[in-house]
Amino acid sequence: MVLVEAIKTFGSYLLLMKRVLTKPEKWRMYFRRTLHEIYQLGIYSIPIVLIISLFIGALLCIQMKTNVESPWMPKFITGYATREVLLLEFSSTIMCLILAGKVGSNITSEIGAMRVTQQIDALDMMGVNSANFLILPKVTGLVFTIPILVIFSIASGIGGAFLIGKLTGIMTAEELTVGLQHEFTAWFIWYSIIKSFFFAFIITSVASFYGYTVKGGSIEVGKASTNTVVSCSVLILFSDIVLTNIMMQ
Amino acid sequence: MIEVCSIHKEFEGKTVLDNISATFKNGITNLIIGQSGAGKTVLLKCIVGLLTPEKGKIIYDGRDITTLKEKEKIAIRREIGMLFQSAALFDSMSVLENVMFPLDMFSTMTYKERLARARACLDRVNLIEAQDKSPEELSGGMQKRAAIARAIALEPKYLFCDEPNSGLDPQTSLIIDELIHDITEESGITTIVNTHDMNSVMNIGDHILFISSGKLAWEGDKSLILNTDNQSLNNFLFSSEILRQVKEQALDNR
Repeated sequence: MVLVEAIKTFGSYLLLMKRVLTKPEKWRMYFRRTLHEIYQLGIYSIPIVLIISLFIGALLCIQMKTNVESPWMPKFITGYATREVLLLEFSSTIMCLILAGKVGSNITSEIGAMRVTQQIDALDMMGVNSANFLILPKVTGLVFTIPILVIFSIASGIGGAFLIGKLTGIMTAEELTVGLQHEFTAWFIWYSIIKSFFFAFIITSVASFYGYTVKGGSIEVGKASTNTVVSCSVLILFSDIVLTNIMMQ
Repeated sequence: MIEVCSIHKEFEGKTVLDNISATFKNGITNLIIGQSGAGKTVLLKCIVGLLTPEKGKIIYDGRDITTLKEKEKIAIRREIGMLFQSAALFDSMSVLENVMFPLDMFSTMTYKERLARARACLDRVNLIEAQDKSPEELSGGMQKRAAIARAIALEPKYLFCDEPNSGLDPQTSLIIDELIHDITEESGITTIVNTHDMNSVMNIGDHILFISSGKLAWEGDKSLILNTDNQSLNNFLFSSEILRQVKEQALDNR
């Protein structure tokens, strides 16, 4: 029964995406809305990304210094491990999990409220492809800005590591720099950015799907927002396994 | 003109519309009335193409929308203006932007022309002073008027109104009714209003369809409604003692 429901939901999602991924009716309107979504979903997310990444970078540095570094380990291990965790998983996957909560629930409640107040019916009645009009700018808006968020997250995380080193005196900036530069692989930055494109698509499309298909009133919109966060989190982690397996082979 | 021919609609085996046929002419206000759950909203949704009936035809000036492809249906929808029960104004836009929206999407006018047309529509519904406000700053009646302005922006051939008076006081309802009626007469469009408001029936009911339990139970105009011997229509319209007395007085005065 659960499997049948899951297949039905996935089918509905695919049918919605078929309507979303079509040519916009008015390019001028599409670009205007995409610009709006870049601000709403991307630019307004920069503060939360910077703050959380700063704290995580600092925490990683403390944990590596106190729990991993030992006389048997080289000195650079703290900086090296902090960089690898930030580049490989935190700044793409964990940051997108955080965005699933912030951006995902925002999208679902916005589109869900439009559904229950008949605004989507009004668009359909005018002959507008409401799915394409509402959802495509959100998808392209976040996919377009996600590399910026990833790079900001990496930079802020490394900044957090330097800051905690300076404030607590657990290690010098020179020691940390040696670790950060040790066997640096530029591909890891691309790997992080490529993964984040998929995650951005998952967040916006799944959140829009739950909002677009809301039936009922405001309570249902709240439930849909919860479903969005849960589904996005599971899908991001699952696709992370698949993508990591493909790209790191 | 819209013709509805023997339409039949059911949900999970339960018949909601049973063999309904009617003709909605241009330039007059057509009302669909009936109790809650009688099937009038389903009938309206079938007519506008949001639902597809199992049997029957819905013909817009010779074009049967039940047999059209989705793209052709969309083309007809662009000839339709619709006023929703909740007004359904886009809350991310100002009143003026709401009215300009269909023009931005579908007209080939220049920006100045679109602006002038949107302002003319707002002026027509006496809402020009509220053009820069957001929908949430408007009262229920003003929202309905703004929604009417948006519905007529593209000069539609067909206007549909779903419960236009819901949530409004009798005086504001009267203003909305007269606005719909006047626009219909001025533009010669086909207007269908779905309502259960007694005042609307008596004010603007040029052509009235009474739906009861999914069937067309009565058809006529407001002058015939007082004399009807249709029991279910009488029970629906004159449900209270006061209304029954008003009806008797009206008949005595004739």
